[in-house]
Amino acid sequence: MNPWSSSKEAAAGLCSRFGGWRLLGPGLLWTTVFCLLPMVVVLAVSLATRGTYGGVVWEFSLDNYRDLLHPLYGRIFGQSLLLAGMTTGMCLALGFPLAYYIARLPPRRQALWLIFIMIPFWTNFLVRTYAWIFILRTEGLLNTVLMQLQLISTPLDLLYSNQAVLLGLVYGYLPFMVLPLYAAIERIDPALIEAAWDLYADRWSLFRRVLIPLTKPGIIAGCVLVFIPSLGAYLTPDLLGGARSMMVGNLIQHEYLVARDWPLGSALSILLMLIVMGSLLWYFNAQSPQIRERGEQ
Amino acid sequence: MADLSIDIRALVKRHGAMLAVDHVSLQIRRGEFFSLLGPSGAGKTSLLRMLAGFETPDAGDILIDGRSMAGVPPNRRPVNLVFQSYALFPHMSVAENVAFGLEMKRLPRGEIAERVGATLDLVRLQDKRDRLPAQLSGGEQQRVALARALVNRPAVVLLDEPLAALDQQLRQQMQTELKTIQAQVGLTFVCVTHHQEEALALSDRLAVMQQGRVMQVGRPEDLYERPENLVVARFVGVSNEVCGTLADVQAGEGNLLPSEVSSSRGIRVSVPAGLQSGVPVVVTVRPERIRITPGHVADAGANCLHGVVETIHYIGSEWQGVVRIGQSVRWTIHASNATSGSRPVAIGAPVSLQWNSADGVVIPLT
Repeated sequence: MNPWSSSKEAAAGLCSRFGGWRLLGPGLLWTTVFCLLPMVVVLAVSLATRGTYGGVVWEFSLDNYRDLLHPLYGRIFGQSLLLAGMTTGMCLALGFPLAYYIARLPPRRQALWLIFIMIPFWTNFLVRTYAWIFILRTEGLLNTVLMQLQLISTPLDLLYSNQAVLLGLVYGYLPFMVLPLYAAIERIDPALIEAAWDLYADRWSLFRRVLIPLTKPGIIAGCVLVFIPSLGAYLTPDLLGGARSMMVGNLIQHEYLVARDWPLGSALSILLMLIVMGSLLWYFNAQSPQIRERGEQ
Repeated sequence: MADLSIDIRALVKRHGAMLAVDHVSLQIRRGEFFSLLGPSGAGKTSLLRMLAGFETPDAGDILIDGRSMAGVPPNRRPVNLVFQSYALFPHMSVAENVAFGLEMKRLPRGEIAERVGATLDLVRLQDKRDRLPAQLSGGEQQRVALARALVNRPAVVLLDEPLAALDQQLRQQMQTELKTIQAQVGLTFVCVTHHQEEALALSDRLAVMQQGRVMQVGRPEDLYERPENLVVARFVGVSNEVCGTLADVQAGEGNLLPSEVSSSRGIRVSVPAGLQSGVPVVVTVRPERIRITPGHVADAGANCLHGVVETIHYIGSEWQGVVRIGQSVRWTIHASNATSGSRPVAIGAPVSLQWNSADGVVIPLT
């Protein structure tokens, strides 16, 4: 017996009565104008040729995609994937204990902690990234404090490095990991954790055999929410990475605005989108076994 | 006492200002089915959670097989808890749930498979071993929860309201099954319940708890036939009570001069040792020991009180009713339906209630 059948029939009835297309119209129009159309433009530009003084010459060519094979781009994509992957891993490593701690607090204190997690969103991300520059730079807060404490004699070179970018990305995207994890952990019946404990599980086994499987949808959602935006991050590597660290986002910006090579920038954008779509497909595939299980019951 | 499984010594647990468990001492024997019976808030769940190790006592100690459990975390205790909600791992099959404890103990694969198989046979779930918990009925989930504890062969199996989530029919069936399984495995079972029939049917011995204290410990028949206080009399079965003072106490026999009902010649009672004439007491009589005669008859040897039927209703196996025997004294009566389906007495009719002096239990008022 399919539990959805009745609601499906009801929806079908609604559609035939009012005319499906007329109901879908506004949503379709929105999607077409603001999502589909720009993508078609980008795709078209990526298949065109660059003019001598910038601009686009509408002459079909696959050269831009051939150019992507250049090892320099490969390195930048590789570095972006690595940084995004490390950001995701660190957010998960930091976010899971935090989310677990919050989810096990009494409800009132949970709300307080969740507000703490979300307070940074009240300030512009750009401003918060500048704050990191202030902390990390050579005469910055961190170096000053460390030198005052005489832990170091010369200032550390912290800013404008991959490490600074990683720090900035983890800082920026940690809430996107914590919130879905919190939602998943909070739904676990505390008796299940007690049951594992009662059945001789140590902390690690509890985590590996019970918590991870039960919070898998939350873990995947958190990873997707962190990985995708950090892969395409522009602001953080631009401000904290400087010239030494370039990610895909900066590369695309460079091609569009500095090199004035729109077709190549478009081809890079399409490649980035394909990678993101690939990881989203993986996400839906990883989710679907559970959906299938639920459907069977 | 070598055959002691659990020795609870002056255990205290405070929840804020409230004493959840108030200096409880209990000895539970090996292989015994022991129940903690009491209304909600009696402290029985706190006691169980302290046995499992989920709560820490504020004072006192728990010894399991002679070993103090102070500071021993739940995953190091030789006990397993059957949770009220079953707490089966939803992402694991029946067999995986049952194997979990053995895997955590890092037993060899072969032994795990063997013991899981044997335990699934015991609870008759071998054919459902690959199902997920959500695909099982309530009774089956209950049996998985039980199997998951039994497979570890713990020193003590703890059960938290094991049958509370089941419907009436399944409850009766599982009650029998639980008792059979316990007899088969021979492990010590400690069961928390607020359901008195269940506790009587299952237990070898039980403790009645109220407000953090143990009111009485004994076999089911001890508690039902010889309650030591009104809490036990009222919680285990129905208690028909009449207050008064003792008189003419001699050789374990005496008279009760009732204060709220009129009786032609007093009420003959068996007096427990240590009670003298003039002591205020309550006499309690079980409904099934009372003989009901229409009309106000003279007593013939047995105790007799006169009253008026207030309600009477049919529950199939018997008639149950309420008879007013004094200004504010009402007794519950059970009239057997052994002969016919016709109403034994009418509402508003005068009746006589008679019982043998040995069936009245004297409880001193303190």
